[in-house]
Amino acid sequence: MVNFEYANPTTVKEALSLLTAGAEILAGGTDLLSLIKDDVHQPKRLVNIKGIKTLGGISKIGNNFRIGPTVTLDELASNPLIRGAFPALVQASLGITSPQIRNMGTVGGDLCQRPRCWYFRTGNGLLAKGLVENGENKYHAIFGTGAAHFVSASSLGPALMALGATLKIASPDGKTKDVPVAQFFKAPSAEGEREIALAANEIVTDILIPTPPTKNATYEVRHRQAVDWPLATASVSLRMSGTKVTAASITMGHVGPTPIRAIEAEKMLIGQTITPDSAEKAGAAAVLGAKPLSQNAYKMQLAKVAVKRALLTAAGVKTV
Amino acid sequence: MAEYKWPPMEQRKLMGKRIARLDGPMKSSGRAKYPSDMNQPGLLFAVLLTSPHAHAKVKSIDVAPAKAIKGVTAVRVISGPGTEIQWAGTEVAAVSAVTEEIARDAAKAIVVEYEVLTHLVKEDNLAKVGPRAKAAGEQITGDPDKAFQDSEAKISGDYGIPVITHCCLEPHGSVVAWGNDKIDFWPSTQAVSTVGGDLAKLLELPATQVKVDCQYMGGGFGSKFPADRWGAEAARLSKESGGRPVKLFLDRATELTIAGVRPSHFAKIKVAGKKDGTMTGWQSESWASGGIGGGGMAPLPYVFTNIPNRRMNHTQVSLNAGPARAWRAPNHPQASFLTCSAISDFAAEIGMDPYDVFLKNLDLTLRADTYRKQLVKGAELIDWKKKFQLGSAKTGNIRRGLGIGIATWGGAGHASKCRLTIHPDGTVEVEIGSQDIGTATRTCITQVAAETLGLPMSAVKVKLGNNSYPPSGPSGGSTTIGGVSSSTRKAAVNALEKLLEKVAPGMGVPPDQLEANDSRIVAKGNPNKAMSWKQACQKMGPTAISEMGENEPRSAAREGLNTQGASGIQMAEVEVDMETGVVRIVEVVAVQDCGLVVNPRTAESQVAGALIMSVCSALMEERIMDQTTGRVLNADMEFYKLAGLPDVGKLTVHMDITKEHDSRGIIGLGEPCAIGGVAAIANAAANALGVRVPMVPLTPERVLAALANRRNA
Ligand SMILES: Cc1cc2nc3c(=O)[nH]c(=O)nc-3n(C[C@H](O)[C@H](O)[C@H](O)COP(=O)(O)OP(=O)(O)OC[C@H]3O[C@@H](n4cnc5c(N)ncnc54)[C@H](O)[C@@H]3O)c2cc1C
Ligand code: SF4
Repeated sequence: MVNFEYANPTTVKEALSLLTAGAEILAGGTDLLSLIKDDVHQPKRLVNIKGIKTLGGISKIGNNFRIGPTVTLDELASNPLIRGAFPALVQASLGITSPQIRNMGTVGGDLCQRPRCWYFRTGNGLLAKGLVENGENKYHAIFGTGAAHFVSASSLGPALMALGATLKIASPDGKTKDVPVAQFFKAPSAEGEREIALAANEIVTDILIPTPPTKNATYEVRHRQAVDWPLATASVSLRMSGTKVTAASITMGHVGPTPIRAIEAEKMLIGQTITPDSAEKAGAAAVLGAKPLSQNAYKMQLAKVAVKRALLTAAGVKTV
Repeated sequence: MAEYKWPPMEQRKLMGKRIARLDGPMKSSGRAKYPSDMNQPGLLFAVLLTSPHAHAKVKSIDVAPAKAIKGVTAVRVISGPGTEIQWAGTEVAAVSAVTEEIARDAAKAIVVEYEVLTHLVKEDNLAKVGPRAKAAGEQITGDPDKAFQDSEAKISGDYGIPVITHCCLEPHGSVVAWGNDKIDFWPSTQAVSTVGGDLAKLLELPATQVKVDCQYMGGGFGSKFPADRWGAEAARLSKESGGRPVKLFLDRATELTIAGVRPSHFAKIKVAGKKDGTMTGWQSESWASGGIGGGGMAPLPYVFTNIPNRRMNHTQVSLNAGPARAWRAPNHPQASFLTCSAISDFAAEIGMDPYDVFLKNLDLTLRADTYRKQLVKGAELIDWKKKFQLGSAKTGNIRRGLGIGIATWGGAGHASKCRLTIHPDGTVEVEIGSQDIGTATRTCITQVAAETLGLPMSAVKVKLGNNSYPPSGPSGGSTTIGGVSSSTRKAAVNALEKLLEKVAPGMGVPPDQLEANDSRIVAKGNPNKAMSWKQACQKMGPTAISEMGENEPRSAAREGLNTQGASGIQMAEVEVDMETGVVRIVEVVAVQDCGLVVNPRTAESQVAGALIMSVCSALMEERIMDQTTGRVLNADMEFYKLAGLPDVGKLTVHMDITKEHDSRGIIGLGEPCAIGGVAAIANAAANALGVRVPMVPLTPERVLAALANRRNA
């Protein structure tokens, strides 16, 4: 661990001005601190954004629900607005199992956290050239996008993507931009490229989820019931007319270097009623494009089941 | 000669009673000071630099950059040029500094050049280990070939259990101060009376110079007996830093990499028998590794040692990975898992309930009657006969299953000396160079002393955890409770005898007609002739009575205070999700005998802890090595998975307390209860799934693979 400066701004503007080369944003610190201790990150300055009031809070503004990036995972899961409209988000945050992490970890931090790949975390780089393919890859990606085999760690990412959320990002030039969550996550093709569409000197300031709400749910397959990472998740959001699906959005988590959208499955469901049979078929369609590594073909089955069970949960049908 | 034997069961007032752990409040409120809490004034922090390579030769090492860092007090080379490193994580150098951060920076600044050599870190596939395999020879009894030829039924199965680590919550390490003529050593240890001598030997000092103190310790499970190289280096750093205390505890990654593992065990096992369930033949080809020195060799077949026709072959595999240390019942959990899995598969093959097959074959064990009673009790507790269904008959996406595991262990008391002092003011002190490794040793010693002296628990002060007290053996092999209870009993009887001699003349009763009871000294058969404990002690004059008691293992069985031979059975009910392969525990039941049970409440807690360890090992625990880098990939508590509360399920512990077991005297408990659980859980899963998952832990990928194999078969 190298020594660093610590800054405590109270406005976004001030924070942006502090984000000079080598500086990093600090929110709950649950990810960043371990990266620093393991020498994977070596920031020169940490800019704590938790003192910036405008970055907190959950509200309904016009056609959007707005979640501030410093809202903790616990606040998110216990907020009545979110609980009423977005079970997919509540279920995703409760899957982040440890109460300690939920109390400290933030929504912005969850989206921007680094992958947990054990080769990356022990200093072999994010693409860990050759090590993953020839090594221990049972937790790695089954949806290959070239050189990246890590899985995107965020549990909220797939849920927000299925809900059609957009991130508002502030840049040091004073401008802001809206980036759909679907475009926020990227699969790097060369070592040194980031896995999110965010420059080191930019801040996620708002997470916006469009109304009207849908029938939505997240299902996570996990090994341990106590604190553990998902083996595969699926988040779904369904627009319905009576019992028929008019629009479906399905995103799988922890199976690729980004959340993975299941377009074929979405298409199949239009005009359908959600039943164990239609959900099963959608699950099967969702993993058709998977290309597992040497040890992780089982994750295809898990992703398939996650999609099926998320659909059934959203539609209020018993899952098993 | 004094009469030491235990008071009859029905007359005991404290022993055998459900007494809460005396140091529970100290521990749970954080007031208990563990060695890692010994933050002495002027404390220095030490950090190890370890090898990133699994197999390498140190070519050169330059410590000058570390020495140049302000705040560094000493730097030591541990593996100098020419040293051959045999596993990643090997200690190469150590640094002490005024803060932990400086020590870490300094360790990083040391420049080491290695000549990297080829390594092997995986042994699951025996065909790939090449010259690292060493056959341990064949053992044959009876005529296995004929037994298999003539058998009515037989099975052949592959089974495996990987290396796991001890994963002590308080890592290995110590605080140590090497002053002018003595060393103060606060190690986290299971061996208060021997670890000082061990350190002295490493430092080539007289044993008299090392003072050891360890009042509490955060888990050892068999891995914390020696002073260790890091203990010796911490002492040397202290000396080189002018005698200031140095704290060196392994960090989590190092703890999981070098501080001890339980060897793996793999086997191809064949069982032959009759359609009525009787086993007639056993063949096993097994291999194992516990690091560079090869592997533990599990005693096979386990418990059912008298299967008439047997052939066993074992191969040791040498790996460039952190070395084995004793792990709570060395080799037994593996042996129980391998044997009980094969027996259960044999039962499934002939369409029998495994419970009936275990019962049917008990004559092949050394303690048939005890196991029979225990199996019946376990079955009653888990409601076996009502719930059991053959795996092949189950349907649905969520299925439940039942399984059995079986255990045997020695557990005779170790050599132990105890000094009991009765002061003229009536207070009582027990001094014993033992340790309480979380097993309620303090509480049990207090019970024994208070019981013997007819006093309440609060009247007895037990002092342990220090090598200035009379020596007691290390806490390993489940030997502590037998040893310390017996030596305490004898010291208390001896001291009481002295006290009675002093008060007898005044009471006009011969000493052998007096007894201690209810805080009084009373004439036997005449309760009116009595005086209070306090009054009695005033009669002794100004000098305290101080007597020794000794447990001598060779004569212990004859004296009847402690003995060996603990049996236990465990049963598990699990629930599997057939679509995800996730296995969850519904219940684990343990029926355990350990002779005279000093404290059923803390004994049950001890068994519950063992069951939790079994759940971990059966469902999630595994050291994952990377062949390319030669390193442990999950040397953390994120992917080195241990059960959390929601994973544990219901734990039911039945201590087999009977007059018959009680009359055998005290037997150790720590290990026997940590043996059968993995087998029980693995067998329950096999029953639920209708197919054997060859290897534990039962991760979703292994469960799904086993289901897919069956579909393809
Ligand atoms: C044992 C364990 C289990 C876990 N399990 C899960 C799980 O199952 N699912 C899951 O999703 N997560 C899981 N997590 C991760 C956890 O959710 C994240 O660590 C947490 O959400 C990060 O939030 P933070 O506020 O602490 O972020 P920090 O650690 O403070 O920051 C993380 C990163 O995000 C950046 N950042 C933070 N906020 C912003 C912002 N507003 N704008 C731009 N950049 C920002 C920081 O610069 C840093 O790079 C687990 C973590 C642990 C330790
Ligand atoms: S294990 Fe508990 S105490 Fe230790 S760091 Fe995690 S949350 Fe904190």
